[in-house]
Amino acid sequence: MLKDSDRIFTNLYGQDDWRLEGARRRGDWDGTKEIIAKGREWIVEEVKSSGLRGRGGAGFPSGLKWSFMPKEPTGRPHYLVVNADEGEPGTCKDRDMMRNDPHKLVEGCLLAGFGMGANAAYIYIRGEFYREAENLQFAIDEAYDAGLIGKNACGSGYDFDVYVHRGAGAYICGEEMALIESLEGKKGMPRLKPPFPAAMGLYGCPTTVNNVETIAVAPTILRRGGAWFSSMGRENNTGTKVFCISGHVNNPCNVEEEMGIPLKDLIEKHAGGVIGGWDNLKAIIPGGSSVPILPKSTCDTVLMDFDSLKEVRSGLGTAAVIVMDQSTDVVAAIARLSKFYKHESCGQCTPCREGTGWMWRVMERLVVGDAEIDEIDTLLDVASQVEGHTICALGDAAAWPIQGLVRHFRHEIEDRINQRKHSAAA
Amino acid sequence: MSDTSKQPETFSFDAEYAAAAEKIIARYPEGRQASAVMPLLDLAQRQFGGWLPTAAMNHVADVLDMPAIRVYEVASFYTMYNLEPVGEHFVQVCTTTPCALRNCAAVLKACREELGIDIGETTSDNKFTLQEVECLGACVNAPMMQIGDDYYEDLNAETTKSILQELRNGGTPEPGPQSDRNGSEPAGGLTSLKTGTGG
Repeated sequence: MLKDSDRIFTNLYGQDDWRLEGARRRGDWDGTKEIIAKGREWIVEEVKSSGLRGRGGAGFPSGLKWSFMPKEPTGRPHYLVVNADEGEPGTCKDRDMMRNDPHKLVEGCLLAGFGMGANAAYIYIRGEFYREAENLQFAIDEAYDAGLIGKNACGSGYDFDVYVHRGAGAYICGEEMALIESLEGKKGMPRLKPPFPAAMGLYGCPTTVNNVETIAVAPTILRRGGAWFSSMGRENNTGTKVFCISGHVNNPCNVEEEMGIPLKDLIEKHAGGVIGGWDNLKAIIPGGSSVPILPKSTCDTVLMDFDSLKEVRSGLGTAAVIVMDQSTDVVAAIARLSKFYKHESCGQCTPCREGTGWMWRVMERLVVGDAEIDEIDTLLDVASQVEGHTICALGDAAAWPIQGLVRHFRHEIEDRINQRKHSAAA
Repeated sequence: MSDTSKQPETFSFDAEYAAAAEKIIARYPEGRQASAVMPLLDLAQRQFGGWLPTAAMNHVADVLDMPAIRVYEVASFYTMYNLEPVGEHFVQVCTTTPCALRNCAAVLKACREELGIDIGETTSDNKFTLQEVECLGACVNAPMMQIGDDYYEDLNAETTKSILQELRNGGTPEPGPQSDRNGSEPAGGLTSLKTGTGG
């Protein structure tokens, strides 16, 4: 189990003061000026060597992403945009970081921003997180007052601004191009890539969009070294990660653990085990609502990291572990997610706009067995036509839970259809 | 924008809200003031008492020098802008899968019973509006609901009802988990960060 001394988010539960004084006591803002003095290239190389992969879901190598930004000033502003539009069902980690450890994020904005040559950061926080936005704004104001950000940030000679932007209720704005559109004052409809944000992002300027956790871990990585971070976890899946464990466990919680921890250990050590014991487990969605569900047999042994979960045809996603015990109607649980995606589709691309509603309606019928057996294959066919045929990944995210359900629980769906036919005949 | 009987003829920010709006607009580069449309709509909704009449959208369009249609587009795209009046306490119960697994049905039922209204309805005294919403991002504290700006978490039927009763009686129930925990730590004892604050 990860030692407390290797944990980055030491105030995850809000036991200590979240303001500047408390943050400093926990080691934030320590030697920030000296880190900046090591230069842009050093910061990017150190993050590359740490092996840090984006914590928002896609897992793209962070240092590499930062290196895509222009090396020299372009005469236009360059931006860091922090994706704090946390809305993937099951996920509630960024919320804790912003309300209980906001200075980690603010310092991360400065260091990551300097590393990629950005002049300012916009933190796009979901509108419902009103109290979290208050804490974050308070921390930003404190940092300005203490000279940590703003003109000559930390006495480094570098000017850097940090702003909060509140969203207003739209899951799609967690998609980076939709988020940029929204930040520009428009409907959150994703833009086609390319051009990628590093070339043309916010206001047409070079922009990098990163998740809250990705930015908030950066200062600790830079202070303790990329080698420290990469010594945890396993190759290509390094470091620590905040996991959110919800659903049918005895003690649902957020916890920072080492990447690659066995799923079973994570649940038994931190969440008090599955309700009724491990053998009462039915299935787990291991990385937020968008990733395919796993049956118990896979959960017995799988490790919680990008590559291990990919091998079992699921994904780490946001590391939001949604646990379902034997009492769960898995078909209904996935149908509810289909309703979510139908509600959240922005309506721009036809396969997603029409497909999410169509898939949801079929799923609702499957819940009660009101269907023909061959409709399961039709559903899979439609899901595969939505997947990969839209501007953003929401179409994929709507298809994957259904594909995962049919892959592992087809027998349950068929039983339900047969049972209904049987009772109708009787 | 449908019910014209409740639509005021005019709207403008009062001094306090106008100052807040100005501060927000300054966050964005010159010529990019359209970026402030979302926060300004939020301010207008707060000033007007929980919903956005057309006059308020028009005022935001004027302040930001934007075509009104662009403001209507934004106001109708995002779920947090209410284009119809809502009660004094806007009760939003999350029913997405993580909350569903922790019996949000009991929370919703308690709301219906206590308030005597169904989803999408407002009580006759205009005190409460009940709404079902998608994931609010507090899944390890499920089931939960948002009332106004605050989250109420780790709910059951009893705690849900007592929160609503307290609000009806003019009280301010303590937000956060309604269990004996402080935040997202595991109930029944810490499994990490036991050594104080680490660091």
